[in-house]
Amino acid sequence: MRDDEVPQEGNATLGGQRKAVYARAADGRLHLVSSAGWEVEEIVTRQAVDEFQKLAEAARQRVLAGESSALEFHMYRMRMDLPLLAQATGLWQWRVRRHLRPAVFARLSAGLRCRYAEALGMAPEQLERLP
Amino acid sequence: MTREFVHRQASHCESGAISGLLAHHGLPLSEAMVFGLSSALSFAYLPIVKINGLPLVAYRMPPRFIIKGLQKPLQLKMRFETFRDPASGERRLNELLAAGEVVGMQTSVFWLPYMPQDLRFHFNAHNVLACGRDPQSGDYRLSDPVVEELVNCPAPDLLRARFAKGVLAPKGLLYYPVNRPQAPDWARALPAAMRKTTRIMLDSPLPVIGVGGIRWLARAIERLDADRQAEHARMFVGQVVRMQEEIGTGGAGFRFIYAAFLQESADLLGKPVFGELAERLIDIGDEWREFALATARMIRGRDPLRPALLAARLRALADRETKFFRDLRQAL
Repeated sequence: MRDDEVPQEGNATLGGQRKAVYARAADGRLHLVSSAGWEVEEIVTRQAVDEFQKLAEAARQRVLAGESSALEFHMYRMRMDLPLLAQATGLWQWRVRRHLRPAVFARLSAGLRCRYAEALGMAPEQLERLP
Repeated sequence: MTREFVHRQASHCESGAISGLLAHHGLPLSEAMVFGLSSALSFAYLPIVKINGLPLVAYRMPPRFIIKGLQKPLQLKMRFETFRDPASGERRLNELLAAGEVVGMQTSVFWLPYMPQDLRFHFNAHNVLACGRDPQSGDYRLSDPVVEELVNCPAPDLLRARFAKGVLAPKGLLYYPVNRPQAPDWARALPAAMRKTTRIMLDSPLPVIGVGGIRWLARAIERLDADRQAEHARMFVGQVVRMQEEIGTGGAGFRFIYAAFLQESADLLGKPVFGELAERLIDIGDEWREFALATARMIRGRDPLRPALLAARLRALADRETKFFRDLRQAL
């Protein structure tokens, strides 16, 4: 990649920040050049962001239909999945999966609620609400 | 040590962080030199390690490999500290900063508020340097190697980022040099580092590491069902490119940065052959960029999704890299 080939088309997922990439100067030496972003990168980053948004939206519908607890929505909203939430709380995956059932979630002890809230970076009383 | 820390943006967090720490302790080495000297270039396709249900693909050695690999050639002594509870981790960081130390930290990107929202995933091995505290707000002054300027980070956010859980949990890791690093014996250290990289790329006993790993990945991509499971296939190939890009090295999966290391080595050793090899590696890096572009076009639906085409590109890359690392070995 030559200096003049460094992508500058912008990448919305960088939020206006620029990154440093290596490119070849006229004398053949590689050096760092500031890049406003590459569309390729934007496409693959957006793909991952959109996937979580899709999962969160599907979870929201399930919560509204009474098929799932709000915990599932918050899990995906915070870009986590079941294995990650289990690790973040130190609970077994089967327990977390059980807590995704509305009836079980409604009876959750205050201690467990705090643990989930802590892992998701939110207040315990927000846990059962959809924004 | 009350010298002002000089922040420089780098293309990769770990090599950038170490390069910054070394310069602060009187040994200015470029990011590329730090990367090459620690033999950090690699390829790994790990189908068993899942990130959000997709296999891990890596273009470099695992986290902390660079920091550890530099200790011997630079006669550097690093101190690593992890903590059982956040409170003591925070206390220790404040102590070190009050003593004027610049401290390396392992963090989770997700909890760092200055990061662009769309890049905040649960990746736990992001390296950042702490170089002070704002006396009024209590915010930390951070030198994040992949960000243009020094940034401020509120204490509760940093604490959360340092004590995130999950794969590669940082456990509050702090690291800093405890002696003055020495410039290495280049004539010995550089060939030794390159030899190690050729071993990683060519001789790995595991079929998923090195150039063999690129072929395994090609096979896995070929087996994707583009008709009945198109969505999964798109996510899978997208993951491959994301790992190539993430906190980017210009889309070449660390091949450009290693080429820069070869150019520096050619000068230090007076061996132009490494300069010629660098040229070839730049071409290989450009071919990785073309692979990324072809993949992105398929994800967006601008080209039809054809996994076999991507697999063929990967096999061509594996062949070129095999030849490249054999020639590098010959040149040593």
